[in-house]
Amino acid sequence: MSFPWARQYEPKNGLTKFLDEKLPLPRLVYGAIGAGYPVPRNLSYMWNFGVLAGFCLVLQIVTGVVLAMHYAPNALVAFGTTEHIMRDVNWGWMMRYAHANGASFFFIVVYLHIFRGFFYSSYKAPREMIWLLGVVIFLLMMATAFMGYVLPWGQMSFWGAKVITGLFGAIPIVGEPIQVWLLGGFAPDNAALNRFFSLHFLLPFVIAGVVILHIWALHIPGSSNPTGVEIKTEADTVPFHPYYTAKDGFGLGIFLLLFCTMVFFLPNYLGHPDNYIEANPLSTPAHIVPEWYFWPFYAILRAFTVDFFFVPAKLMGVLAMFAAILVWFFLPWLDKSPVRSGHYRPLFRKFFWFGLIPTMAVLFYCGGAPAEEPFVMLSQLATAYYFLHFLVILPLVSSIEKPEPLPYSITEAVLGSDKKAVLGENTTPAV
Amino acid sequence: MADTTGTATPETLAVHGEDGVRRRDFINIAAVSFAGVGAVAVVLPLVSQMAPSADVLAESSTEIDVGSIEAGQAIKAVFRKQPLFVRRLTPAEISQADKVDASSLRDPQTLAERTKEGHLDMLVTMGVCTHLGCVPLGAAEGENRGEFGGYFCPCHGSHYDTAARIRKGPAPTNLVVPDYEFTSDTVIRVG
Amino acid sequence: MIRLFGILAGLFFTVAVMWSFATGAFVAATEGLGEETAEHAFHKYPKDLHLASDGVFGTFDKAQLQRGYQVYKEVCAACHSMKFVAIRDLADLGYNEAQLKAEAASWQVPGIDPSTGEATMRPGLPTDYFPSPYPNTVAAAAANNNAIPPDLSLMAKARHDGSAYVYSLLTGYQAQPAELLKEFPASKTPTGLHYNPYFPNLNLAMAPPLTANGQVTYAPGNPDPTIDQMAQDVAAFLTWTAEPTLDKRKQTGWPVLGFLLFATILAFFAKKQIWSAVKPSRKD
Repeated sequence: MSFPWARQYEPKNGLTKFLDEKLPLPRLVYGAIGAGYPVPRNLSYMWNFGVLAGFCLVLQIVTGVVLAMHYAPNALVAFGTTEHIMRDVNWGWMMRYAHANGASFFFIVVYLHIFRGFFYSSYKAPREMIWLLGVVIFLLMMATAFMGYVLPWGQMSFWGAKVITGLFGAIPIVGEPIQVWLLGGFAPDNAALNRFFSLHFLLPFVIAGVVILHIWALHIPGSSNPTGVEIKTEADTVPFHPYYTAKDGFGLGIFLLLFCTMVFFLPNYLGHPDNYIEANPLSTPAHIVPEWYFWPFYAILRAFTVDFFFVPAKLMGVLAMFAAILVWFFLPWLDKSPVRSGHYRPLFRKFFWFGLIPTMAVLFYCGGAPAEEPFVMLSQLATAYYFLHFLVILPLVSSIEKPEPLPYSITEAVLGSDKKAVLGENTTPAV
Repeated sequence: MADTTGTATPETLAVHGEDGVRRRDFINIAAVSFAGVGAVAVVLPLVSQMAPSADVLAESSTEIDVGSIEAGQAIKAVFRKQPLFVRRLTPAEISQADKVDASSLRDPQTLAERTKEGHLDMLVTMGVCTHLGCVPLGAAEGENRGEFGGYFCPCHGSHYDTAARIRKGPAPTNLVVPDYEFTSDTVIRVG
Repeated sequence: MIRLFGILAGLFFTVAVMWSFATGAFVAATEGLGEETAEHAFHKYPKDLHLASDGVFGTFDKAQLQRGYQVYKEVCAACHSMKFVAIRDLADLGYNEAQLKAEAASWQVPGIDPSTGEATMRPGLPTDYFPSPYPNTVAAAAANNNAIPPDLSLMAKARHDGSAYVYSLLTGYQAQPAELLKEFPASKTPTGLHYNPYFPNLNLAMAPPLTANGQVTYAPGNPDPTIDQMAQDVAAFLTWTAEPTLDKRKQTGWPVLGFLLFATILAFFAKKQIWSAVKPSRKD
C-alpha cells in the first residue's frame, strides 16, 4: 500500500505459493485487513464501527437468505408465511428476530460511524472518496431497509409503502405517474410487494460491492485517527492484525451481547405493534411512523407545514428530507478548516456537542412522536438548525476559528512530549 | 519493496516470542477457540432451518374409502404430497403373484407380506418408483402395466409385477408399502 | 463557490422551515394548541397484569393456558378467528396426542365432500388451523353491525402492552362517566357501541363478552371462574398464541448470553495482552 514499511505477504508452503501465483487472494486479505495494513496506533473505540457495520451486513445477508427460503412475496400469503416462519420453521423465530433487530443494529452502528466522521472530519482530503462512497452506502441502506419493512405485509408495511411512495407524488406534473409506476398500481399490492422483494434481495449485494470500494478507497490514504495528524513514521502505526483484529474482536463481543439481549429478550421493543396486524387497505392505523432509524428525516419531512411562496409544503418537505442527506455529499468542500479532529477545534466542538447532537436527539424524538404540538414546532426549530449547521455554520466556523496546537505526531500524542509543535507546520497532510 | 525484517521491533518480538506457547499466549488461543465454537454453534440453526417445518411434519394421515374399487381397478390418492396407489387385485393377479418364488426376486417379499391379513386383494403402495422417484404407469385405466402386469415406470424402464415387486429394470426395491390400517372393512387410514 | 451555494441553500431551507414555524406559532398563540378531546382526556393505559410468562425468566403456566383456551373456545370463538394457530399447536399446552385428536374433532372446519366435491363441514384434525366463525369479511361485517371482529392470533403483540390490554379491555366495560358527558356532550356513546376507557376511541362495538362469574365452567382444581380470572386466563392464552416460541426463546437466550459474556471477557484480556507491549498509558 502507500506505506513503505507495510509488511509484504510471504507464502510459506506449496499450497499458499501456488495460490499466490494463480489467485493472490490471501495477499489481498493480508494487505486489506491483515498484518500488511499499517494502522495508526492511537485509534479509539469509535473506530470499531466500520468492522461492526461489515459484520451487520453479513448478518443481514445470511439471515435474509434464510428467511427468503420460507417467505412468499404475495399479498395473499406474505403475512401468513411470515407467521409460518415465526411458528413452524425450525429456528425461524430466531432468524426473523435477528434480521429485524439486525437492521436496527446496522443503523445504530452506521450512525455512530457517520457521527464519528463528523466529529473527526474524516471526510476531509485525502479521504473525500471514502466519505462519498459511505453516503452512497447509507442511501442504499435506507432504500433496502424501507423495502424490507414492507415485506411482512402488516399495517405499517402497507401504509409505509403508501406514504413513502407518496413522497414522489409531491414532484410537480410527473409526480403522480411516477408514484403509480413505482407501485405498479394505484395502491401497494402484489406488483409493489414483488418488486420490493426482488430489490430488497438485490440491494444488499450492491451495498457489499460499494463496501468493497469504500475499503479500497480507505487503503489509499489509510485510516484517519483521533488527532487528525497524518502518519509520519512507522512508529505511528501498528499492523492491523493482530492489534486491531483483537480490538475489533472485543468490540464484536460487546456488540453481540447487546444484540442477543434484544433478539432473545426484547425482540419487539424496536418494532411497532401495528405491524402484527395484517395489511388492510381500508383502514389506516391511528399513528403511523416509520422505523426508528428514519425518524430524524421523517421529522424534517413533516416540519414543513405551510407553503413557502410558490413551493407547496408537501414538495418543500420532500426536498428538505432529501437535501438533509445530500448535503453530506458536500461536506468535504463545505468545511475548509485545515485541522481535522474536533479535539483541536474549540468552536467547532461547541457547535458539535451543543448544536448538532441535541438537534439530532430532538429530530429523533419528534420523528417518532405524533404530528402534534409541541413536537411539530420543536422539529421545525431542529430542522432549521440542522441546515444551518451543515450549510452555514460549518463553512463560517472553518474560516473564523483559531484551532488549538496539534501534536507533532501520533506517537507524540500517545506518549506525550514536552515539545508542542507550532501550528501551521502540521496542518498540511503529511502524505 | 519494504525491508520486512525491519518490522521486528522489540514490541512485536515480545508478542511473537519463540519460546513455545506461553501462559499469555494461552488466552489468545482460548479467545480464538471460543470464537470458533461460536461460529460452529451458529451453523446449527442455519442447517436446521432447512429441515421440514412443524406444519410439514404434522401432515395429516389420509383416510381413503376403498370400498368402491372393483377387482382389477386401481385408484390414485395422495399421501404426504406423493401419489399413493390402491389396487384391488383379481384372483388371477393374486395367483400370478403367488406363483413366483419370492426368494428368487431382487427384493424378496410375498404378496401376503405386502398386504394386510384378510385383505390379500388390497394392494396399497406408494406410486413412487424406487429408482429415481417417477410415478409409474398402470394405476389408471388403459395405461401400460409393463411385462409383468403390475406397474411400469417409463422413465428408465422398471417393470413391477402384480404385487408391485420389482422384476426388471434399474429400480432396486419393490414399491414401498406405507404404514396403514383398515379402520373398517372399506376404509383405510394411511400414516 | 460550493460554500457560497451551500450557505444560500442552507438559508433557503432555514427560512422556509422558520416560515412554517412562525405560522404555527401564530396559530397556536391566537387559537391555542387545539381542543382537548374526550379520547385524550378519558383514555386509560392498560391495568397491571402479572403473568407467569412475564420477565426474563418467565415461562407459560400451562394450566392457565388451558383455562384461557377454554374461554377462547366457549366465548371468543363465537365471533373471532385465530387463523394463524393450528390445533396441533395446543400440544404446547400439555395435551397428549389422543386429547389433541379429540379436541380437534370438537371443531367443525370447512371441507369438501369427497363424492360430490361440494363445500361441506367436517370434524377438525390436529393439522387444521382454528376455523373462522365467518366465511369472509363481508359476512363478518354483516353479522356484527359493520364492525369486523379482528383475528386474535397476534392480538397480544398487535397492541401496546397487548396482554394487559386484552385483560383490561375485557374487564373495563362501564357506564360512561358523568364528567365525560358534562365536559364533552357531543361524545356520548352512540347506540350499539359500548363505553370502555381502555379502547383507543372509548367506544367499542364488541358487547361485553364476559358478563357473569362462572360463565365458563373450569375443571375441578382450578381457580373460580370469576370475570377477572377468566379475563386473565384468556389474556395469558392470547400471549401464547401471539408468541408460542416465547419459552424456547428465553431458554435459548440465557446460554447464548452466558457464552458471549465469557467469550467477550476472554477477548478483552486477549486484546489487553496483545496491546500491552505496544501502548504505554497515555500521558495527558
